[in-house]
Amino acid sequence: MADTTAVDFNIQEEEPETNAADIVGINKQTFGQKLKSYTRKPTSLIMLILVIGAAVITLAVLIFIIAYILINGVPNLSWSLFRWNYNSENSSMMPAIINTVIMTILALLISVPFGIGAAVYLVEYAKRGNKLVGIVRITAETLTGIPSIVYGLFGMLFFVTQLKWRLSMLAGAFTLAIMILPVIMRTTEEALMAVPDSYREGSFGLGAGKFRTVFKIILPSAMPGILSGVILAIGRIVGETAALMYTAGTVPAVQGLLSSGRTLAVHMYVLSSEGLYMGPAYATAVILLVVVLLMNLGSSLIAKRLTKGN
Amino acid sequence: MKEEAKAARKRVFEKIMEIIFILCACMSILAVALICFFLFTKGIPGMAKIGIFKFLGGQVWKPGNDIYGILPMILGSVYVTGLALVIGVPIGLLTAIFMARFCPKKLYKVVKPAVDLLAGIPSVVYGFFGMVVIVPVVRALTDALGARGNGVSLLTAAILLGIMILPTIISVSEAAIRAVPESYYEGSLGLGADPVRSVFKAVLPAAKSGIMAGIILGVGRAIGETMAVIMVAGNNPAMPKGLLQGVRTLTANIVIEMGYAQDLHREALIATGVVLFVFILIINLCFSIVKRRDK
Repeated sequence: MADTTAVDFNIQEEEPETNAADIVGINKQTFGQKLKSYTRKPTSLIMLILVIGAAVITLAVLIFIIAYILINGVPNLSWSLFRWNYNSENSSMMPAIINTVIMTILALLISVPFGIGAAVYLVEYAKRGNKLVGIVRITAETLTGIPSIVYGLFGMLFFVTQLKWRLSMLAGAFTLAIMILPVIMRTTEEALMAVPDSYREGSFGLGAGKFRTVFKIILPSAMPGILSGVILAIGRIVGETAALMYTAGTVPAVQGLLSSGRTLAVHMYVLSSEGLYMGPAYATAVILLVVVLLMNLGSSLIAKRLTKGN
Repeated sequence: MKEEAKAARKRVFEKIMEIIFILCACMSILAVALICFFLFTKGIPGMAKIGIFKFLGGQVWKPGNDIYGILPMILGSVYVTGLALVIGVPIGLLTAIFMARFCPKKLYKVVKPAVDLLAGIPSVVYGFFGMVVIVPVVRALTDALGARGNGVSLLTAAILLGIMILPTIISVSEAAIRAVPESYYEGSLGLGADPVRSVFKAVLPAAKSGIMAGIILGVGRAIGETMAVIMVAGNNPAMPKGLLQGVRTLTANIVIEMGYAQDLHREALIATGVVLFVFILIINLCFSIVKRRDK
């Protein structure tokens, strides 16, 4: 009795294995079969090669840009490039780095509260079919499409000339704040919409008001999404040049909010357009690239944790 | 009584907070309104002083003689953008097809961040790369052909912009291709078409308007790009003469001369910004029309 069951068991074990192998054989073509079917249809083969070729080109271009800048730039990094004061001999990027940090913090301080507030209104407060929502969405989309030079022109006309702030960090920061507003709004909106409705219902059920629900329940759980948007915005601020040339100016020194100061990207443009400082320009490119790489990495890590959490 | 007062106070508080959030939401409306107002009120008078047709149709730009014709710059922007599309759209679209349909999952985890990174590289770094890599290559090509030119040219700018618009085209097209129901693909397979043919003949046509939206976004990015173009395009304000000759775009015109411009010259530059802005508004409009049709 015990023997027969053991035999039965064995047979049952073996059968699915062969079946599985058969199924694989039917669904998946071997390489030879694929080749055969493609030689019969050369256009398909050509298209496939083109598709793969395009992807290879895209990757190769990226790798080439990064490798070229790093290989040529890293040997140009030296301590004299990080002296506290800039002069034409050391062409130090330290003032530009400090200005970039100040500019980033300032622009975020101006833009993030409004961006989050706007997203909260759109997702939590606005009722379906609200006309204001449509207008806000259209204007935010318009802001996304405006090129940075137009922002720069506007900043020059409004903040620098009309409000008489002259070329200053403040004028630059306000200009950038408008530029990153749609980025913050969109990412925050997406993060808020990803918060399950049960959170809201639970909070209301416990007697919390709307405002309290938003601040204590919804915003904290949407925080990672908002953060990845903020990091995206930092990347844009750090890399921005055209919007800052005629709002924050190009003075290579740290002088306070109401005076001109160049950020790292502007610094790099000035260096490379003068043509005499290719070494420092390469080094600045390395620093800019590394910052952008870190920002992208940070943003995608947060996004990954976000999807895992769900 | 006390309870009622408390409830009333809470209601007032909630109302105030809602109004604050509404004001935040109105910020983007205010920003667009301010941008339009300041650009148009500062730019249009200059345009009127020069004469709209003289300004838009004039082939000569000589600020020293008070001659302001921006046709060379308009054509420069259009040519550079057009050529950038010729380079960027096929590569971008095919890469998007690869990512959406043919990419193994493991490889996708590398390709997707790479495309995001391509979008994140600052334009001044792209411009620098163009200056030290693409310009010498084009110069060598020019010499080999025996043509006039020193490498800074329409072609150089177009190659660089073609690379820069790749991530925009790839990510929008990929999303559009992924949004096509799987049954289209399966149906085509079931009718005997091979996988490649199914993707190109069944899936791609269904994603047409999404891909179109991606290309329009790419146009917007290319026409608005400033720093990278300035660094590789040569920037002489004459009518574009050929692929290997220098060219100046609308964006370059503003940045190069704004630093020292006075009076009418300055107004002419702001008016150049207005023309660029109108181009962008038209592109935005096309984008939202295509997107709405998609829905």
